[in-house]
Amino acid sequence: MSGPTPPLPRWADLFLLPVINLMAALFVCGLVVLAIGENPIEALGVMLKGAFVYSGGLGYTLYYTTNFVFTGLAVATAFHAMLFNIGGEGQAYIGGLGAALAAFAIGAAPGIVALPVAIAGAALAGACWGVIPGYLQAKRGSHIVITTIMFNFIAASIMVWLLVGPMLEPGQQSPQSVPLPEGSYLPKMHEMLGAIGVETAATPLNASFLLALVSLAVFWVLIWRTRLGYNIRAVGQNPQAAHYAGINVPRTIIIAMAIAGGFAGLLATNEILGISHRVILNYTAGYGFTGIAVALMGRNHPVGIFLASLLFGALYQGGAELDFEFQSITREMVLMIQGMIILFSGALAYMFNPPLARFIARISAPKREVAHG
Amino acid sequence: MTDTNKDGSGGAAPYALELKGVSKSFGLIRANRDITLAVRPGSIHGIIGENGAGKSTLMNIVYGMHVRDEGEILVGGEPVDMRSSADAISHGIGMVHQHFMLVPTFTVLENVMLGSEGGALLREGRQAARDRIVELSERYNLRIDPDALVGDLNVGQRQRVEIIKALKGGAKILILDEPTGVLTPQEAEQLFEILKVLRDRGVSVLLITHKLAEIMEITDAVDIMRQGQIVGHRKTAETSPAELAELMVGRKVLLEVERTEANPGDVQFSASGLGYTNSQGVVELQDISFEVRAGEILGVAGVSGNGQTQLMEVLAGMRHLTAGSISILGTEVTPATETNPRIIRDLGLRHIPEDRHQHGLILHFEARENMILGVQDSDLAGTGFLMDPAAIEANCREKMRDYDVRPDAPRHFAKNFSGGNQQKIVIAREFSANPVVLLVGQPTRGVDVGAIEFIHKQLLALRDAGCAILLVSVELDEIMSLSDRIMVLCDGHNVGIVDRAEADRQTLGLMMAGQKREGHAA
Amino acid sequence: MADFLYQLLLTFDATLRIAAPLILCAMAGIFAERSGVIDISLEGKMLTGAFVAAAVAALSGSPWLGLICAIFASIFMSLVHGFACITHKGNQVISGVAINILASGLTVVIGIALFRRGGQTPTLGRDERFKPLDWIGTETLDAVPLLGVIYRQLISGHNVLVYLALLAVPLTAFIIYRTRFGLRMRAVGEVPEAVDSAGVSVTWLRYRALIIGGVFCGIAGAYLSVAQGGNFVREMSAGKGYIALAAVIFGNWRPLRAFMACLMFGFLEAATSRLQGVDLPLIGEVPTQLMLALPYVLTVLLLAGFIGRPSPPAAIGQPYHK
Repeated sequence: MSGPTPPLPRWADLFLLPVINLMAALFVCGLVVLAIGENPIEALGVMLKGAFVYSGGLGYTLYYTTNFVFTGLAVATAFHAMLFNIGGEGQAYIGGLGAALAAFAIGAAPGIVALPVAIAGAALAGACWGVIPGYLQAKRGSHIVITTIMFNFIAASIMVWLLVGPMLEPGQQSPQSVPLPEGSYLPKMHEMLGAIGVETAATPLNASFLLALVSLAVFWVLIWRTRLGYNIRAVGQNPQAAHYAGINVPRTIIIAMAIAGGFAGLLATNEILGISHRVILNYTAGYGFTGIAVALMGRNHPVGIFLASLLFGALYQGGAELDFEFQSITREMVLMIQGMIILFSGALAYMFNPPLARFIARISAPKREVAHG
Repeated sequence: MTDTNKDGSGGAAPYALELKGVSKSFGLIRANRDITLAVRPGSIHGIIGENGAGKSTLMNIVYGMHVRDEGEILVGGEPVDMRSSADAISHGIGMVHQHFMLVPTFTVLENVMLGSEGGALLREGRQAARDRIVELSERYNLRIDPDALVGDLNVGQRQRVEIIKALKGGAKILILDEPTGVLTPQEAEQLFEILKVLRDRGVSVLLITHKLAEIMEITDAVDIMRQGQIVGHRKTAETSPAELAELMVGRKVLLEVERTEANPGDVQFSASGLGYTNSQGVVELQDISFEVRAGEILGVAGVSGNGQTQLMEVLAGMRHLTAGSISILGTEVTPATETNPRIIRDLGLRHIPEDRHQHGLILHFEARENMILGVQDSDLAGTGFLMDPAAIEANCREKMRDYDVRPDAPRHFAKNFSGGNQQKIVIAREFSANPVVLLVGQPTRGVDVGAIEFIHKQLLALRDAGCAILLVSVELDEIMSLSDRIMVLCDGHNVGIVDRAEADRQTLGLMMAGQKREGHAA
Repeated sequence: MADFLYQLLLTFDATLRIAAPLILCAMAGIFAERSGVIDISLEGKMLTGAFVAAAVAALSGSPWLGLICAIFASIFMSLVHGFACITHKGNQVISGVAINILASGLTVVIGIALFRRGGQTPTLGRDERFKPLDWIGTETLDAVPLLGVIYRQLISGHNVLVYLALLAVPLTAFIIYRTRFGLRMRAVGEVPEAVDSAGVSVTWLRYRALIIGGVFCGIAGAYLSVAQGGNFVREMSAGKGYIALAAVIFGNWRPLRAFMACLMFGFLEAATSRLQGVDLPLIGEVPTQLMLALPYVLTVLLLAGFIGRPSPPAAIGQPYHK
């Protein structure tokens, strides 16, 4: 049964509505900035410059983007199976452990061997951390939201224990592991570009960005071109019909969570294999939660996820710029924006749907108006 | 209207309930159009119509759950602006919903108190509510234990709780929406006795149903609804089932489908001693045996909820049988065998599920994606490792053409097709595989007349091509006009199997109530 | 032996102090969830309360004013949650995540704008906090062995918010099981249609449940920053809201059992911090970081049905459509 409002055209649903939601979120953030006595337009300008204009700004923006692509995919993959994966943070954290263990295990091997092993370790460990909640949901009926939340904390506890204990680098004050063998380091982007004669500013951006782009493509093929993707979407949209169609629903849920965890685990390729070359306490820094905002804003589509990641990358990098330019606004502003975006693009996603649908119906079909409509 | 004739015989006393020109739309769907009807005090007033005729919407308007777009509602001659169920309750209207509005984790007492607790603290009103339950149950013969947990009660008892709830505030008008759909014939009989007592005590009863027999048995007057409108009003004593049926469907009931005699071949599909006990330990199917031959249709009749759904799902592999065995084209399936819908489908069995929204379709998938549901692993979805969108679309286009699905738009979401065309998508998908064994559940539920005829013809064509078909429907007419033999289910048991020639309504009716036919073993 | 008992007593005392905010948040969670609304935003509401309480107390000098403002701020967050998932039928989990992240960001943003201390609020003076209340007769009872110590350490000597937390449990049980509102609220979490057809507004019931939850979370927040601590520190709720949520689940959505779960989780944490660096026979040094994960591990095991069977409200997580 259709509601009292006319249906929204597909283009408006896919493009206009997300943009309106984003604008609403930014508008409310602007009000907060005004309330604390600063100029939101000016702040936006500073952030944009910091993200794209200043030397190295773009590199940093893309470096953050890389993280968000991975965690966004982790949330989106699960979303397609109608699973709410809040566990990206924990899966990424354990992914780091996997990358490190794999790198240590392979030892001083050359990059051609060590890198794939370390990357696989990251994905595999993240996948393991996603599979357990997936299994508990599929086979034991545990609510995946609660389980993944709990798994974030469990991961954090395990990592603290490891990093102040067995993995702690001797003589170190801050909890971090010993450095990884050099074979597992991902090349920096400015080095790679320099090698082919393009000079760019030195930034943390590294080859994992390319891995993120590949992941986006793999995700698209997986969801819309493979039978597994068909099964995942079928289970997500109507598990009973999926069962009718001979799809093994529990198994599909578990696989979807494994893939989701794997994407999250790849975050380690950027942060650990690409930059720090060691596991550091809290290295995931909330990127896993940002993935929720990214997936919601990007409508679980790779193009959307990339654009949303880019936006958040710009916000993070531009947000850092705020610290220098303003007295009373800092990069925590970004956290607030993130919350607003999740609120407006996620929880209130359809608030603007009825008025927008009525508006479009009115402007697009005035001549078809009939008495009693 | 100001006449105060007390005996009511002149019809001048105010009506208990009167509707004048009531209309309601949901979006573009006009659920109720210009409804005018009047209910006499102290009478049982029927409203009959097919599923989807707008009966439930109308009653939800009267009860304030939906707000009408236009029109007037008068209670006891006074116009009332019905905006919420609280309004209805305060004007003495009680409703027993089709789906019970009871909290299973509460006691009867708590359920009855809900909404009229008699004070901010439960202590204050508890005794009064208990007294009221006892009083009502004595006056109207509604035996119930106030301290029983509702979750532990059977369906008939729950319905009594609903009636007590509806009457607790001294309601003078009681609406019952399809009250017998979930009852056994005996329970239904008890309900009717209660309704008669209510009427004799001055309560006006509005009975919503799609069952002719109930209208004839118990009502004093009846309004007939079709496609959101009232198409007739009759005094029950002055009408016949045939007339009502004609008004309901708007044409002579098509009992006979053009068909040839069956030409059954070998047994393709059979069950022997089949049983199913669900995860809560409730026995839902017991000792069911039947055979279906190639080229025949075995109909399964029964009051809905007597095990039909479970039978279909067990046969299709969606639930795992717990006793007996099934044989599909010679392959034996027992409780020890691994079954799932895929394994069963691979044996050559196809399945039109009873509920297309729940099982048959994924409403948020495009039509072309739905057209490969269940066969997504086959070549229909492309021959390579990846799925081939062009092949998927071509497959959909072809089947939409063959089965006359409108609009023939493979990229439209399934939810945007009409009920009849959604069903045609399911039927196109399953029939076009030329199945050897076919399970068909409620093939024409919520489907328009044109599509019904089309579906029936296709079904018979498939039979004539040698398919063994098991057909489940709660529409007895559909069963009788399509089946070659009819099996009757009651309470999860096979009451008996009769040949088409012997199956008249009366025989089947008795069997549906659980009576075995003399001289026939089940 | 006496020393061990004394240590145990101190651990119990610490348990109570750790458990107080958990208890308050758990009661808040029970209200929300029994009405059918998933509330993972306990964390965010508590954090908001903590910030507002500390900020107002610092600016006004009154912990009570801080407490009241914290309650209102927390209620505001509840209303945002309600607006999203009751009025607009949005996803309750997403709304909760949004509020938690929003609270993390807003508290720091406003904190920096107000105080320029990197997101912290100024340290409160003694009079600007809730002080421990020494009950009458501690001196006299000191003479009595055992009982005196228990009275001084365990019963007396807490701040008023701890007692409020303890009071919240019977209060919650009373409201839920003994009042008209409680009956309707439980019904709305199980079968909202039944409540609607009885002529009672589902929307308003759920809003009220969330508002009550907001009050409790606000008190819990104030406890963190103006009673247990002396100022607001960013992210000071540190996952306590989630532990409270775990306690709600562990308590099978019942006040008394959730209270026991809070005490258990509180005791685990208190015992863990006492055992830090201690070598126990047979076990060796206790891996305290891992011990802290126990509430989460236990909750996962419970949810998976390895310890009993949880029975959440039937309509939880589903927006009500007429």
